[in-house]
Amino acid sequence: MALPDAGTGAAPFLRIEGVSKSFGSFKAVNDVSLTVEKGEIFALLGGSGCGKTTLLRMLAGFEEPTAGRIFLDGRDMAGVQPWDRPVHMMFQSYALFPHMTVAKNIGYGLKHEKMTKAERDARVREMLDLVQLTQFAGRKPHQISGGQRQRVALARALARQPKLLLLDEPLAALDKKLREHTQFELMSIQQRTGVTFIVVTHDQEEAMTLADRIAVMDKGVVRQIGSPTEIYEFPNSRFVASFIGSITSFEAKVAGREGAHLVVDVPALGGRILARDVPGVVEGQAVTLAVRPEKLNLTKERPESPNAVEGMVKDLAYFGKDSLYRIALPSGALVQAHAVNARRGMEAARVADWDDKIWLSFDPGSAIVLAD
Amino acid sequence: MAEPSTLRDATAPVEPRQGGAFARWLDRRGWSDILIGGPYIWLLLLFLVPFLIVVAMSVATKTSTAPPISWGGEVPLLNWEPYQRVLSDGLYLRAFLTSVMNAGIAMILCLFIGYPMALGLVRVAPSWRNILLMLVILPFWTSFLLRVYAWMGLMGRNSWFNGMLTDAWNFLVPIDWAVRSIPMMNSNFAVVLVMVYTYLPFMILPLYASLERLDTTLDEAAMDLGSRPARVFWDVTLPQSVPGIIAGGMLVFIPAAGELVIPSLVGNASSPMIGRLISDEFSMARDWPMASAIAVMLLLLMVVPTMLYSHYQAKAGGSK
Repeated sequence: MALPDAGTGAAPFLRIEGVSKSFGSFKAVNDVSLTVEKGEIFALLGGSGCGKTTLLRMLAGFEEPTAGRIFLDGRDMAGVQPWDRPVHMMFQSYALFPHMTVAKNIGYGLKHEKMTKAERDARVREMLDLVQLTQFAGRKPHQISGGQRQRVALARALARQPKLLLLDEPLAALDKKLREHTQFELMSIQQRTGVTFIVVTHDQEEAMTLADRIAVMDKGVVRQIGSPTEIYEFPNSRFVASFIGSITSFEAKVAGREGAHLVVDVPALGGRILARDVPGVVEGQAVTLAVRPEKLNLTKERPESPNAVEGMVKDLAYFGKDSLYRIALPSGALVQAHAVNARRGMEAARVADWDDKIWLSFDPGSAIVLAD
Repeated sequence: MAEPSTLRDATAPVEPRQGGAFARWLDRRGWSDILIGGPYIWLLLLFLVPFLIVVAMSVATKTSTAPPISWGGEVPLLNWEPYQRVLSDGLYLRAFLTSVMNAGIAMILCLFIGYPMALGLVRVAPSWRNILLMLVILPFWTSFLLRVYAWMGLMGRNSWFNGMLTDAWNFLVPIDWAVRSIPMMNSNFAVVLVMVYTYLPFMILPLYASLERLDTTLDEAAMDLGSRPARVFWDVTLPQSVPGIIAGGMLVFIPAAGELVIPSLVGNASSPMIGRLISDEFSMARDWPMASAIAVMLLLLMVVPTMLYSHYQAKAGGSK
């Protein structure tokens, strides 16, 4: 399935056109088309085996597409060997050369550039400075920490000033604290160098914070391409909606349209509710109604909202900044709701306690109707 | 009162086993000591003690008694004469040189033949790998002597193999250079050929072990950074396989330098290798001190480079 995407009118920097890759009878990547603009951070997001790494390896030249073409800066990359591509990769394992020092690792690709030794040394120094590893230049990879190794890998991939930098799970090997810090560092280095980044990740949070645009992949197919906000707020399928963030979904049936809204029959919520209109759905069609936990309002009194239902608190978990409620509806359905703990206090902060009756409501704009 | 027995602290150490000091020692750390100590005792009894006996024999004096050596009494306690002869007599120095040359050439040839084979074993599909590894080891299933005799048959003047090579030679060279057969037997060429054949697996196996551990994403990283495959081999694969090259080199060089059977059977009797000299001095001349002195010198020749290597390894600080 080829999806149209939100590129601008000008010729895109990277164009992937109907690319497929089969290993025997297994289709790892199936007819993927997408474009990436110059200077963008683009994320390929998906679970393991979704084809994101295979797509990345085709961009690097390690795999040839079975079908389709890849254009980089107007040049067809078919048959171009990895060593001839202006594309560099930061490997998930970093793949630093264990027998070379940090400086030698960073300077490795520069051997193939027409540069004097002084120019080469200057570039290595510049790169060491960029990733703040100047004092570690003489160390071997096994003598530095994991976070430092990650930065050496980044500097090595950037040293030859590639047109495209491919990052394979760049933060997966780092611990949580370091990961957050490194995310911002990656973004700032991307801004300073202006190199186009393609990041492969299975971590939706990483994709959301790093990327300008995300392609969500599943079973070799791109399911949706868009900015993090578009993907989160306007998912186009149940797969995307449930892959990004948590969501509660119900079976529903379209009952008609009322003004700008869609009226859907949701048995689990005990009646009709109003939702954001989606083009293409018709009356009587079976759809899915999905609501994100943080879009649900919890109140003691019946709210004004057109979408309101009374339930009982079945379970609650306190996370500090917010609490997660699991609410049982009269229909037997369970709904998850996040409530921010704005007020400070012991018990007073909670909207409701175990077994309390509570009203759930949500804005029609927050109710997502998914046909797929 | 019998109270204390029921109030015993649960965190107190377990009661030592009934029995003597030996049982307690066995419980505490005996098994690990025995396991670690085993190889040391083995080395002590079967290497160090015999070696010291050889050293002692090398400074004894040759007599006509049985055994034909003695220390002290009518002869000097320490007799350095065998060493002086080893270092001054051209025969022994030439034998050392021949041994080192033959073993060195065999080692280098084994490296050049074995490296591509080991690399092939690593790169081949895993389903083939075990079969090919098996084929490398397969010659060991046949008696070593039988294989040397087979080579003697092949290299001999009347063999079909020699005949084939002779025909090829006569076909290629001008008529004046034509020969009736190629003189392969009883030469250093024959010694090196058979040693390469015999010791090749000892080169391939450590090389395979060191190449097999290498991370192939490093090759991809080097390619990604602009290196063609030949360059990747030179920059990434080769430097990382140096420990394997050194291990394989030592496994070939050390036994080849002291080799007795191969040079005796196919070698040139007028330029003997050192193993042959030791054997002759010991069993034919019955000069045990001389044989021991040569053996000690040979060992020194082998041990010094090995120690230099481990010193260098230790200095590299476990960086592989």
